[in-house]
Amino acid sequence: MAERSKLMKDFWRGGELFVWLTASGVALSLLMVAGMMTLIMVNGLGQFWPGTLQQVTLRSQEQVIGRLVGEEVIPEAGISGTGASPLRYRYRVGNRDQFGSEYRWINEADIQSIAAPKDLASVERREWGPAYGRISVGTQDGTTASPSEGTWSTVVTLVKRANQLRRRIEHLERDEIGAINHRIEQARLARQALALKSQQGPGEAEEDRRLVDRITVLERDYAATTEALERLRAEAGQEVLLLTLSNGKSVPLSLDRVLAVSRPNAMTLLEKSWAYVHNLWQFVSGEPREANTEGGIFPAIFGTVLMVFLMTLAVMPFGVMAAVYLREYAKQGPLVRLVRIAVNNLAGVPSIVFGVFGLAFFVYALGGTIDQWLFPEALPNPTFGTGGILWASLTLALLTVPVVIVATEEGLSAVPPDFREGSVGLGATKFETIRHVILPCALPGILTGLILAMARAAGEVAPLMLTGVVKLAPALPLDEYFPYLHLDRKFMHLGFHIYDVGFQSPNVEAAKPMVYMTTLILILVVVLLNLAAVMLRNRLRRRFATSAV
Amino acid sequence: MDVQPSKMVATAPMVTVRPSTGHSRLARPQTGLASSVSAKISVRDLDFYYGHRQSLFHVGLTIRSHSVTAFIGPSGCGKSTLLRCLNRMNDLVEGARHRGRVELDGLDIYDPSINVTDLRKRVGMVFQKSNPFPKSIYDNVAYGPRLHGTNDKRSLDELVQHSLQGAGLWDEVKDRLQQSALGLSGGQQQRLCIARALAVRPEVILMDEPCSALDPIATGKIEELIHTLKHTYTVAIVTHNMQQAARVSDQCGFFLMGELVEFGDTKTIFTTPRDKRTEDYITGRFG
Repeated sequence: MAERSKLMKDFWRGGELFVWLTASGVALSLLMVAGMMTLIMVNGLGQFWPGTLQQVTLRSQEQVIGRLVGEEVIPEAGISGTGASPLRYRYRVGNRDQFGSEYRWINEADIQSIAAPKDLASVERREWGPAYGRISVGTQDGTTASPSEGTWSTVVTLVKRANQLRRRIEHLERDEIGAINHRIEQARLARQALALKSQQGPGEAEEDRRLVDRITVLERDYAATTEALERLRAEAGQEVLLLTLSNGKSVPLSLDRVLAVSRPNAMTLLEKSWAYVHNLWQFVSGEPREANTEGGIFPAIFGTVLMVFLMTLAVMPFGVMAAVYLREYAKQGPLVRLVRIAVNNLAGVPSIVFGVFGLAFFVYALGGTIDQWLFPEALPNPTFGTGGILWASLTLALLTVPVVIVATEEGLSAVPPDFREGSVGLGATKFETIRHVILPCALPGILTGLILAMARAAGEVAPLMLTGVVKLAPALPLDEYFPYLHLDRKFMHLGFHIYDVGFQSPNVEAAKPMVYMTTLILILVVVLLNLAAVMLRNRLRRRFATSAV
Repeated sequence: MDVQPSKMVATAPMVTVRPSTGHSRLARPQTGLASSVSAKISVRDLDFYYGHRQSLFHVGLTIRSHSVTAFIGPSGCGKSTLLRCLNRMNDLVEGARHRGRVELDGLDIYDPSINVTDLRKRVGMVFQKSNPFPKSIYDNVAYGPRLHGTNDKRSLDELVQHSLQGAGLWDEVKDRLQQSALGLSGGQQQRLCIARALAVRPEVILMDEPCSALDPIATGKIEELIHTLKHTYTVAIVTHNMQQAARVSDQCGFFLMGELVEFGDTKTIFTTPRDKRTEDYITGRFG
């Protein structure tokens, strides 16, 4: 008996249970992370796979063409039923413009047969989402199918040609007309600035005439380019495909509305894989379409990364300098302690508060003043007096500066005092010691601060909504017109994109995979940014590693 | 065992007038003249406080040019504090203050007109724990000269080689000057710190227990080095190893609880100490 109680006592004292408890804590966290990532990846990455198109024949002889996206037990039937619970399937039938809704539930009991004919085609369109059906080449008036057999290769050629044409149209629209518009705007602003000058002499009048002439010439260019554009558009709209829907109805499909056609049922596995990679790349590199529910998210990725970089540029010098003063120069006393407490508390302030501050201080106060001083010719249109990537970055810099200060201070205090004494003993001043010995040694700690700041900034959305993020930005903040980096422009952000696509879009159901995919990309962007900083820190750690002696 | 400050103050002038005898073992090329035993550093009636705690009481002594002076005593007796007063390293400690004079070549180093970085350039220091910077061997040695305006590659190379040779490290590291100094052994690191101190061409080198973390072989090398160094520099060394003090020093001071108990020729102190406490400490009956 005594032996057993001793065994029990040894068991409790040994802490075996504690090891299990702590380990299960780690396991639970890992499980949560893994589960979240799996959920996001399965839901997000699946949408790019060109899945089989099914043709379902119902008992009512109705035909349905679509993609199977889900199944469930019919809720009421399961309760009152005879034991066998009937299923129902959810199909994405597309053709929102024709059928009114993109999805359709079909009860298992209603199905007579399911087939997957090879000639079913999936069409990606510029509007109204995807369309499924059979495709043939239409005649000029777009009503009847042309009789020629073996039309699929003709269709593919036509779509390819249409895409080339569209690229030319986009080039005209964006680059050429964009350039002309930019120059007209510059000339117009120059005229405004001239008009605002206090003294008006013959020189000014001369200059003004010159500008008016230039605007006239540019407007003539503009008209000519628009005409060319119209011609191209007409050419693109000339050829028509004919889509035969599941209900037997044929609808014309203007080629300038078609982005891609495919016959997933006729594809080999290799072709499908290639299509998958292609779709994924389109998503990452493309521009959004249809209120962000389709197309790509490149502007949002670009905006997020650029914003984080600008934030880093702003926060690092500021935070590091503050930390150096607090740790190295300031007399350690109650005042410095108070400042430290204040800085730490700043890290706990809700981010929307920073957003409000950014809006009031940066956008209205600072931006408004800048506009009055530097851009009076553009008023009442604001240049910096409205949300923009600069103000958003500065607001986030403010939000993350406590993190940088705290981490840098830790790094500075971790530098062995021996190094300080060694440097000072050689006749170095305090400044030289900080610059040549202490800061290099504290660099890993400083970079830790950078990593934490970047992770926090990339995931923050609320303050951005007040200071410069928009649903759809007309142009990237970086382009080929001087001064190349346009800090005053509004931008898109992955975090806001998730919210917008998921909860503000007209077609929530179809946008769901987009939400998961955008989430995955946001996580990837944050991980990549962090990885870059971690690698940099490890390289420096190796260089400044203190010996074990 | 109360200490009479007057007794200890009386020892100081006695030492300064002592003629240079009993050093036949070591050649002294720099001091050709018989009367050249000049005072490099004089400490006069120095009191030193860390905050409210007084750690040095009326210390007075003279360090002769081109000699090795050792400070011995038990831990916390103030020997390191005195050493750090000699190049004002104690300025870095908050709440440190002093009374009395410390003279380098007859000039008070605590005078407001003294530039403290110039002083530390003239009076270099080697610390208890070897503290090479996490840079390459070359950059460690070149650190001081670069700060003081030597940026020419050729003269830097020369200076680095000369300093490493002076510290007896050149042959061991000449093929890996660009490698990290942290890859050196403990003894090599300490000699690198000496080379680093030599590179700014000081006049005095202060060593604060330079061998306390080293094995006997590395210690022997450093002691040999100290013998060589005193031909060119004036050396002051703090050690709690009495054999080491006996081996390397010309003069020796025994400290106890912030007071200089006895100061004089090393041979005299170790053979015929005048104070009972010195004798107790040296013979190991105390400490």
